[in-house]
Amino acid sequence: MKVVVDMNKCQDHGQCVFAAPDVFQLDENGRLAYVDDPDDALLDEVEEAADVCPLQAIRIEG
Amino acid sequence: MTGRMVVAGASMAGLRAAEQLRSAGWTGAITLVGDEPHMPYNRPPLSKEVLAGKAPFESLAFRPRASVADVEWRLGTKVVASRLAERAVVLDDGSELSYDGLVVATGMRPRRLGCPGPLAGRHTVRTLADAQGLREELTRPGVRVVVVGAGFIGCEVAATAVGLGVAEVTVVDPLPLPMVGPLGELLGRALLRRHEERGVRFALGTGVARFEGEDRVTGVVLGDGTVLPADVVVESVGSLANTEWLDGNGLDLTDGVLTDGRLRVGGRPDVVAVGDVARFPNARYDGVPRRVEHWSIPTDTAKHAAKVLTGAEPAPFAPLPTFWSDQHDFRLQSFGAPALGRDDVRVLDGDPAADVLVGYHHAGRLVGVVALGGPAAVSAAARYRAELLQQPALTA
Repeated sequence: MKVVVDMNKCQDHGQCVFAAPDVFQLDENGRLAYVDDPDDALLDEVEEAADVCPLQAIRIEG
Repeated sequence: MTGRMVVAGASMAGLRAAEQLRSAGWTGAITLVGDEPHMPYNRPPLSKEVLAGKAPFESLAFRPRASVADVEWRLGTKVVASRLAERAVVLDDGSELSYDGLVVATGMRPRRLGCPGPLAGRHTVRTLADAQGLREELTRPGVRVVVVGAGFIGCEVAATAVGLGVAEVTVVDPLPLPMVGPLGELLGRALLRRHEERGVRFALGTGVARFEGEDRVTGVVLGDGTVLPADVVVESVGSLANTEWLDGNGLDLTDGVLTDGRLRVGGRPDVVAVGDVARFPNARYDGVPRRVEHWSIPTDTAKHAAKVLTGAEPAPFAPLPTFWSDQHDFRLQSFGAPALGRDDVRVLDGDPAADVLVGYHHAGRLVGVVALGGPAAVSAAARYRAELLQQPALTA
């Protein structure tokens, strides 16, 4: 699975971090950091993270 | 599992319901019925980026999960009646759909002011068409805007209008402070000051008596006799639930459709409600059924309701509500249910004149946290989320 976040859209709401903490984190400055090739076993939580992004900035490929 | 699920309503809640039905194992047919011509799209940008001209429709449309590629979309049509005992709904073209399971996802429509005066020039912001129509009016030179209602939509529209360069923006509300209902006085005062500093005017503590004008609005007459000249009026005075199609089934439809703690409607195992039309008890709090018009609720309710509709018995529904609101250059971010703790409001960090983090308590328990300010305040609020999740139910 490939995860792409449109960083031009992202406004650091952090909802993805609550949904999929293994994949998304906020760094010390409150900016999003993420794993772009998470294990397929995490698909459910990544889909949930994509759902709860208020900006709909998270895309899942493959 | 075979048969057909019908989802009445094709906005965010309807889409999420379909996706979650697949996720819960439903492999049969799914039909979504929605009255707008568009595929489901994200509404928060309507009062902000869309109104400001910064977001084309392509950027608003939700990307449905692959699992719902085979569902049937009936757009531009709506459900007008239902016979739950016979498991059938009637569409506006007279056709009927029978179902094995029904998801009520018909949402809300804006409440309108009933006071006298012309209709032309008066707007609401609920749909893409609404936002586009309002934008055309706001971008006319020299336009004067009166926003009726100082809640979420009213405050966001006023902020966006100032950002567009509209010189005269006045917000009217019978309450003494903006957003005082959900947030209380401390943040209401902080919001008032911030909006005024950025050019928004307020007429608070009085409502609208009537509108002036022949063919279209030229002014707003307030309850205290003040006349505000206006070329455009935005009515953001709450919403009404789209439940008329459920009449005649013996349901409690006062303020949305009443559900039990598992989002079932009328005690039926085959009908659930999702999104802001659902009036549900939240096991996290006091068991009183309430509608919740926060962005997070369609997704939360869909996930729970889909499990119930496919025969699972999840624990009683207990979401942690969350909302945000972007206004001017600042953000409000909330976790929990601040409205339940308005009588015991404490500053947890910061200063209401700058970035501030506010805690709302009920019977000594923290029930909600709201941040107002920049990114630092917002991420501070998020740090309280775990604490809110761990609080015992108010009834415990």
